[in-house]
Amino acid sequence: MTAGSGEVVLALRDVSKSFGPVVALRSGRIEARTGSIHALVGENGAGKSTLVKIVAGVHRRDAGEFLLGGEEVDFGSTAESKDAGVAVIYQEPTLFPDLSVTENIFMGRQPTGRGRRIDRAAMYAETERLFARLGVHIDPRRPALGLSIADQQILEIAKAISLDARLLIMDEPTAALSGVEVDRLFAVARSLRDEGRALIFISHRFDEVFGLCDTITVMRDGSYVDTVAAAGTSVDGIVSMMVGREVGDLFPKTPAELGEPVLKVEGLSSAGLFHDVSFEVRAGEIVGLAGLVGAGRSEVARAVFGVDRYDAGTVTLDGTSVPKHNPRAAIHRGIAFIPEDRRKQGLVTDASVARNIAGVIRGGLSRFGLLTGSDEGRAARPWAEKLEVKTSALDMTAATMSGGNQQKVVIAKWLATDPRLLIIDEPTRGIDVGTKAEVHRLLSELAGQGMAILMISSELPEVLGMADRVLVLCEGRLTADIPRDQATPENVMRAATQTHQEASA
Amino acid sequence: MSSTRAYPAYSRPLWQRWLFTRETAVIALLLAVWFYSVNNVQFFDGPLTITYLLLDMTPILLIALPMTLIIVTGEIDLSVASVVGLSSVLVGVLHEAGWSIPAAGLLALVVGLLCGALNGFLVAYVGLPSLAVTIGTLALYRGLAVGLLGTKAVTDFPEKWTDRATEKIGETPYPQVIVLVAVLAVVFAFLLHFTAFGRGIYDIGLNTEAARFTGVDVQRTKLVLFMLAGVVSALAGIYYTLRFGSARGDNATGLELRVIAAVLLGGVSIFGGRGRLHGVIAGVLLIGVLAAALRLEGQTVNVINIIIGLLLVVSVVSTSVLDWVMKTTAARRNTRGSSPTDAPAGVATQGRH
Repeated sequence: MTAGSGEVVLALRDVSKSFGPVVALRSGRIEARTGSIHALVGENGAGKSTLVKIVAGVHRRDAGEFLLGGEEVDFGSTAESKDAGVAVIYQEPTLFPDLSVTENIFMGRQPTGRGRRIDRAAMYAETERLFARLGVHIDPRRPALGLSIADQQILEIAKAISLDARLLIMDEPTAALSGVEVDRLFAVARSLRDEGRALIFISHRFDEVFGLCDTITVMRDGSYVDTVAAAGTSVDGIVSMMVGREVGDLFPKTPAELGEPVLKVEGLSSAGLFHDVSFEVRAGEIVGLAGLVGAGRSEVARAVFGVDRYDAGTVTLDGTSVPKHNPRAAIHRGIAFIPEDRRKQGLVTDASVARNIAGVIRGGLSRFGLLTGSDEGRAARPWAEKLEVKTSALDMTAATMSGGNQQKVVIAKWLATDPRLLIIDEPTRGIDVGTKAEVHRLLSELAGQGMAILMISSELPEVLGMADRVLVLCEGRLTADIPRDQATPENVMRAATQTHQEASA
Repeated sequence: MSSTRAYPAYSRPLWQRWLFTRETAVIALLLAVWFYSVNNVQFFDGPLTITYLLLDMTPILLIALPMTLIIVTGEIDLSVASVVGLSSVLVGVLHEAGWSIPAAGLLALVVGLLCGALNGFLVAYVGLPSLAVTIGTLALYRGLAVGLLGTKAVTDFPEKWTDRATEKIGETPYPQVIVLVAVLAVVFAFLLHFTAFGRGIYDIGLNTEAARFTGVDVQRTKLVLFMLAGVVSALAGIYYTLRFGSARGDNATGLELRVIAAVLLGGVSIFGGRGRLHGVIAGVLLIGVLAAALRLEGQTVNVINIIIGLLLVVSVVSTSVLDWVMKTTAARRNTRGSSPTDAPAGVATQGRH
């Protein structure tokens, strides 16, 4: 452990948190000191956000030590954490858009004058003082509506200072900022550090991490890996710690014969989401779509399937074009789409297993327009058998099932349509290890039978282990197309963070 | 082979699946009130009771059919009674202008369809909340109705048609119009429970986004349902006019709330996704029988309304309580089944608040 000189403000040791069967944080550990900016890095799903939410009082830890200013604490709400001097600045702050900047800062604790009336003059004066101290120029009387994200973050920081927070956590604050705005934010962060506050900074941009922070803590798979001094390490050193796994036998990808291109996407663009995305997926091929959260991976998939609109470009399946914004047509043409959010998008959780599995194909099951429950049961049963869905009967609802079991129901529902192209967004998110392996084996088998598969995943080992080819998206643009034998964690991560590094170089 | 699972279609035998439902409870209550009234309420078993009961309930029965489907999708249509009024006025005005009753009725049906289409378009394609849209069209359609006819009434309908509205089937006490109701009930029951379209209605009510991802045409489904509500309401308006031999702008004012009350009493969830049509029909009849019995007992309309209102509140509360009990027991079962780390956290949370 490298130690800064300041005193320890926050100390977490072996903190864990599970959501049902899903372990989000195995053993979180971090020590933030006064006068220091501490970076917290890790891949998507490494447990950073869960850790932050525990400190912020959003979640309560299951086990482990949580010390703030040397005292054992246990926050049951965000209000308790705020009172204790913790401030969290999120990527996109939530403000009251119709209230003024000042009213937002003093929300819930407005200074009162005579007769318990709100003392507006004092509020404005204090806001001006705060902004002057931060060196920013925002009119305290203007409404929060229309402020840039950067200014909104400054507002949150001003609020934190007025509350005299000892610990500021910034969760990917720079993701939506321009270069100048980042510089201003960093200047503010440094001045806060020099005032003797402790800061934790979460970012995927290594240039920022190295430019701003003095200490770096790396997390992987919900566990603490190491804490190092920024001066004593390099980008490569950090990346290898973040990835650090052997990609191997877990992923039973068997080489498949590649056929004709099934899906062709050309010049697909949607304002603000993705730009000029072109790629193809061949029969028997698994194409992995990698990138950081917010890079536009799911958005591309949703546009291809037609649940979302797109502004320009074409989608072609087996040589004929697929109409825009029309999921029914896409399904009819042979596209299956397993979305990332099972409970909200993938399933009707309150409907029975049989109805869910037969959900897409039911139109074809009816005879003379008549559809009975037994028709659905008959159609659903072979798929439930094939995927070994764990349920006592086909009329049980999917609501109480485990994530893995629900995912099997979603996969069954789409395989029942006998698709040409399967788009699967986060195939194994929140699924136990056993089911994960089953899903991977199934995907490999389907590709072997000649299905084209586009797989989006935030788990790098999954992408590297399963994909014949890896496409990397960064901020809505394709930045790499890497064949299986050349794909390494390092070059995928680099492509996923590419534009940031180029911009700063 | 130990790994192969048998997948029975149902977790419980048929009689259990039928017996332990909200719908069965409503039907049982209906039968209980019926038998009690036959034995204890004077004149209830008279020949005219059932005739008038069915005649009175026909408009509500008719409109409750499409209303059920709309509420199952999670939407609502408050403009139905105004469509009844508008179609009633149209029949009256056109009759005065010399149209035959069938021709006037046909036009009224078309106008009803258009009224429903406007609701459906605003809700499904413009994306406005149905509560707001149909509060607006409730006033709009009623305004058109009153505007067309003013405060007067058209009453000189040919007896051939007014008699037909109340005529009985042979020697039975059942009015002929009940055949129309039965046919439509069967059609709507099929639509809701035995077609892919009906499955889509439930999916929309339970989870609109998942329905969209599954390829359900959410917009078209909603449009169709509102159009059905419009045309059936117009049909109810024609019946209403002929049954009372009177076309007035304020006909059937407030009927929409009686329809919705009956639908909810029949076990349909106002949040969508739950409910069955036979429960709704039993719910409408329960309200009718209860009102008839109380009226024969000499109770005033106010007392009847109080009792029906209480019944509705109790029925809604009882479902919520039942849901809550089932959820907490299910949650308890889950906690026991999953990782032991969950339990201390839960206990800690309870301890703090």
